[in-house]
Amino acid sequence: MIETRERALELFEQMVLIRRFEEKCAEVYSAGKIRGFLHLYIGEEAIAVGAMAALSSDDNVVATYREHGHALARGLSATSVMAEMYGKATGCSRGRGGSMHLFSAAHRFYGGHAIVGGGLPVAVGLALADTLAARERITVCFFGDGAVDEGEFHESMNLSALWRVPVLFVCENNLYAMGTALERHESLPDLCVKPRAYGIPAENVDGMDLFAMEAAMRHAVAEVRRHRSPFFLEAKTYRFRAHSMYDAEAYRTRAEVAEWAEKRDPIALAAGELGRRGWLDDAALTRIEERIAREVAAACDAADAAPLEPVADLERDVYTPEAPCPG
Amino acid sequence: MPRMSYREAIRAALRQALAADPRVFLMGEDVGRYGGAYAVSKGLLEEFGPERVRDTPLSESGFLGTGIGAALGGMRPIVEIMTVNFSLLALDQVVNNAATLRHMSGGQLSVPLVVRMATGGGRQLAAQHSHSLEGWYAHIPGIKVLTPATPQDARDMLPAALADPDPVFIFEHQLLYASEGEVDLEQPPARMGQALVRRRGSDVTLVAHGGSLPKALEAASELERAGIDAEVVDLRTLRPLDTETLCASVSRTHRAVLVDEGWKTGSFSAELAAILAERVFYELDAPIARVCSAEVPMPYAKHLEDAALPQAPAIVRAAKELLGRG
Repeated sequence: MIETRERALELFEQMVLIRRFEEKCAEVYSAGKIRGFLHLYIGEEAIAVGAMAALSSDDNVVATYREHGHALARGLSATSVMAEMYGKATGCSRGRGGSMHLFSAAHRFYGGHAIVGGGLPVAVGLALADTLAARERITVCFFGDGAVDEGEFHESMNLSALWRVPVLFVCENNLYAMGTALERHESLPDLCVKPRAYGIPAENVDGMDLFAMEAAMRHAVAEVRRHRSPFFLEAKTYRFRAHSMYDAEAYRTRAEVAEWAEKRDPIALAAGELGRRGWLDDAALTRIEERIAREVAAACDAADAAPLEPVADLERDVYTPEAPCPG
Repeated sequence: MPRMSYREAIRAALRQALAADPRVFLMGEDVGRYGGAYAVSKGLLEEFGPERVRDTPLSESGFLGTGIGAALGGMRPIVEIMTVNFSLLALDQVVNNAATLRHMSGGQLSVPLVVRMATGGGRQLAAQHSHSLEGWYAHIPGIKVLTPATPQDARDMLPAALADPDPVFIFEHQLLYASEGEVDLEQPPARMGQALVRRRGSDVTLVAHGGSLPKALEAASELERAGIDAEVVDLRTLRPLDTETLCASVSRTHRAVLVDEGWKTGSFSAELAAILAERVFYELDAPIARVCSAEVPMPYAKHLEDAALPQAPAIVRAAKELLGRG
């Protein structure tokens, strides 16, 4: 439960940071400063923020290619993430990863996986290592509804349940696998039946509601810690922006998107709840927006000014330096 | 020095590794109770228990990816894939995760994973259990590819792979498991990227790796009877590749026959031929010759399989042609 005003505002600010950060990303993408694929998380912010709020800094996180929000909520600085998008040496992956491959070993943030479903076995392995080493840590693995169709999803469900490893699967069901609607890619659109078929407890939550999301995560994390076995949480959500910057959105109507954005915007919903509790007024909201606008602008300025990796280091970090290199 | 089979040498190396480092564990299909499809891990479950000798479901992608995650988490997993053809089910984890995570994270992560698998034909196992795809793996920057051809190398390459901070793939040719030799279990780990001249010669260099080495040596003996002095280079590791030893040998003999159980088109032998053309073109006294598998999925019938695979007589013929004695 988010019980104090201070904690609630802290999480709310994270959501606003993710939103404004990504709006800025879209803006500078159009200006050509960010290239490649850019998958925006706008509309889904409550999930990453609510989820990270329930973790300890010692836990592992595995995410997808739509992971700017997860990285920021996990504590990576806006500066290091923006610099990565700009392809700079100061980026969190030193310009090797870009938008889809954000990493931070210090935050136990294991990426940034852009093969749908490919992060799940890795998360199971991280959790297995903790089981074998008798550590308290758990691993949280994010993925979308599209990943549920992949063989690696089912292999990971089976392995994690069979071996009882402490992994929390968080499925961000935004109703579309890229452009294919849930009922067009799932024989059984109730995603929770799939983990349950493997003996994994599964629940769903309104992923647009920060408070509900945080509470559901807290419960799920407690279950994984207590039983040292997997748990599946489906967060129902919606992506307000295109799949990537190249998506004409022929698969859904403008009216559908507008309705979600108008009625179910997670930031507006959280602001409403904070207002009802008397924890946020217009003046406070303005102060938050101003502070975040400065943080995002500073991240862009720093990324602009940051050096590029030298081309001489192109082949660095393919292998660990101490080991012999091929050739 | 004790005499043992290639299979026993790997088992001895596994036993040493499991005993020496609590982070090491073995997982794969039927490595435990069954004792391994090729009986490599026989007895290890009883000795080290089910936590460290783990039978897996038939989920190549799942358990290879789990190995990657466990390696990221500080363990030293050894993943056994039953045969190279099955490893294709895990190729996503190999190419997109094991090989990339270090680079993609800007050097923050490393994946100290060891993957062992059987490769190659010759046992009438037909088109889904017999191929030699180590050349494909050698194409991938970010991983290392070892192809031990002798019991001693089979023993020495496992500790080398485990000591390496990056993902290492060991390809064990099916026909070598029963081969025997003297094995010193106290040898230091093999050095990666070091080819060995297995037989000295002056007329022609036969280049081989893994299961092709015995065939190359057999061909060299046959050539000797014909008065041709063949040198045999065992590549041992395909990535990193010891181009120095390769080029030095061909510079001495001025002729090269490349033996490779992969299909000829796009094979590892094609890479070797390109390296020789780039590096020692002016040392060559004859065109580079290749003896590879026929361009066909591996057939079942023995006579057809024999015809599809590189064999010693074909190596002999190729060498003689280079010397104008064809």
